[in-house]
Amino acid sequence: MADYSVPEIQEDIKTPALAVGTMAHLKPYPAIEKHMVPLAFPKQRVDNWQEKGIEKLGDMLKKYRSLQVYLDICVKCGACADKCHYYLGTGDANNMPVARAELMRSVYRRYFTPAGKLFPGVVRAVDFDEEALHKWMTYFHQCSQCRRCSVFCPYGIDTAEITMAAREIMDAIGVGHKYSTEIICKVHDMGNNLGIPKPALKGTLEFLEGDILENTGHEVRLPLDEEGAEVLLVAPSADFFSEPHIQSLMGYAKVFHQAGIRYTISSIAAEAANFGMFIGSFAQKQKIAKRIAEQARELKVKRIVVGECGHAWRVAYSFWNTLNGPFDFLDPRYPVPQHICEFTYDLLQRGALTMDKEANDEYVVTMHDSCNVARASRMGDKPGGQFEIPRALIRASCNQFVEMDPETTHEKTFCCGGGGGLLTDELMDLRIAGAMPRVTALKQVMKKDKVNFMALICAICKAQFSKVLPMYHIPMETVGGVHQLVSNAIQLGAKKGIV
Amino acid sequence: MPSFELNGHTYETDEDGYLINLSDWSEDVAKHLAVTESVEMTESHWEVVNFLREYYEEYKIAPMIRILTKAIGKKLGKEKGNTKYLYDLYPGGPAKQACKIAGLPKPTGCV
Ligand code: SF4
Ligand code: SF4
Ligand code: SF4
Repeated sequence: MADYSVPEIQEDIKTPALAVGTMAHLKPYPAIEKHMVPLAFPKQRVDNWQEKGIEKLGDMLKKYRSLQVYLDICVKCGACADKCHYYLGTGDANNMPVARAELMRSVYRRYFTPAGKLFPGVVRAVDFDEEALHKWMTYFHQCSQCRRCSVFCPYGIDTAEITMAAREIMDAIGVGHKYSTEIICKVHDMGNNLGIPKPALKGTLEFLEGDILENTGHEVRLPLDEEGAEVLLVAPSADFFSEPHIQSLMGYAKVFHQAGIRYTISSIAAEAANFGMFIGSFAQKQKIAKRIAEQARELKVKRIVVGECGHAWRVAYSFWNTLNGPFDFLDPRYPVPQHICEFTYDLLQRGALTMDKEANDEYVVTMHDSCNVARASRMGDKPGGQFEIPRALIRASCNQFVEMDPETTHEKTFCCGGGGGLLTDELMDLRIAGAMPRVTALKQVMKKDKVNFMALICAICKAQFSKVLPMYHIPMETVGGVHQLVSNAIQLGAKKGIV
Repeated sequence: MPSFELNGHTYETDEDGYLINLSDWSEDVAKHLAVTESVEMTESHWEVVNFLREYYEEYKIAPMIRILTKAIGKKLGKEKGNTKYLYDLYPGGPAKQACKIAGLPKPTGCV
């Protein structure tokens, strides 16, 4: 295995000394023709890329007023500067949100403001040249679009939007990111990010049914493509492949089983994730989301429930309706879409589930709020439901729960370091450094409260932490899903069903 | 395109050293890939590689970790049918490192 440099964890999250270019070497692998063409992007960098790039920026300024506003109104107050996990972890000045956004602002000023057109030097406007593009490719792929910076900006400037726009412009000139484009191609071809073909998915689900039967003595089902089910469950495909993800999948299955609600997974829509958001492409976002709406109709379900996936929930909650609505063919008594945590919580409230908290007595649990859930969506009908509902499930499943430093949870949560399309091995140094703030807060409660389990509801966070925590000498089993705890605690058999 | 030479042949790989053409795989290639990963191949290592190849042959995807651990447990004894044992064999992760040596494409997604 390659050697990575791992930051030393201090007692508290410390703002690093400003450094120049410490991360300038770290760019993602460039996308290849095979993955660009199917997404309607140029197969390689186009000859007149400068002109095309500026033209694309111009189009976007017209289309997205918010982008223009974000580019115009920053007063360089610096409130966001030390709020980004990538800056805190790497010290690279360009990873300060204000500096990251400046990479686009300086180009914007050059071509779209009178002063920049006439006196670029005076207003620090720069040409969209080789050097600028190189920086874009580098630092707009060192942002996980987590939106933490926006929470601290007095003007609410959302640097994640600027990152998305930059990636969209780069795709338009044929400069793509291999990881994201490859995965989007797989979702179009196979229905899921991992590229699991239907027979493999079927075999996997049957295997899990056997596993649950062996371990619990109960016939809990994981049905595939069953028309007429009440619920379509759309989970991240990592739930069919990786540890600890599978454990949450088994948790969802047990909840459906106990509630006596028929559900199905769809082989065509066996993926909640939507990387169209990461590359900032409306068209791709729409196309990826469309499978789910179509499958819901085809399978004649009444409800759609989304599994533990952070950005998928953002897309579902905030954009599904605009992308593929209206969902008037679903049962209006339930939220569209519904998060698996809302679903389970509702059943708990109605007394349909019996939980044995002692089943999780080996754990002292804390919760990592996943950014896209925390800052870009909601759950339930009360403000803050996206924080309270998963915690209510944890509390119902275990006896020992503690919070991490409140500066690092709820809407101020830190990204795991692997979000926004950065969960790829060539960016490992960035992923490790970016996890530093979260690891620091986790280590504090590990020391103080003997925490040994960090629950969360995002597939990317789970994969990222399983990989990165061991580098900080924390066992990978420390991370798992909220429904993993539910899975351990839920009592099968004493079937109450819905009351 | 990156590549490596072995016994007079050139083998194409992706940026991370995974074989591009599955049919390029042979035991010698696997041994070579294991060296690049600093993995010393024992019989147990081969069991994992062989299972991965068989599964891939049938399903065109690497198996879920749990299916792999169960299969290994059956072959090598129950005490070895767990994730920890697989990580002892392949510290770079059974999914990524073992797939590479088995000549399978790199699993990519939220993994
Ligand atoms: S969105 Fe997140 S990753 Fe991007 S600049 Fe802001 S804090 Fe950093
Ligand atoms: S906090 Fe807002 S206004 Fe201040 S520097 Fe950051 S983006 Fe600009
Ligand atoms: S991967 Fe998880 S923690 Fe990171 S940005 Fe996404 S939701 Fe947030």
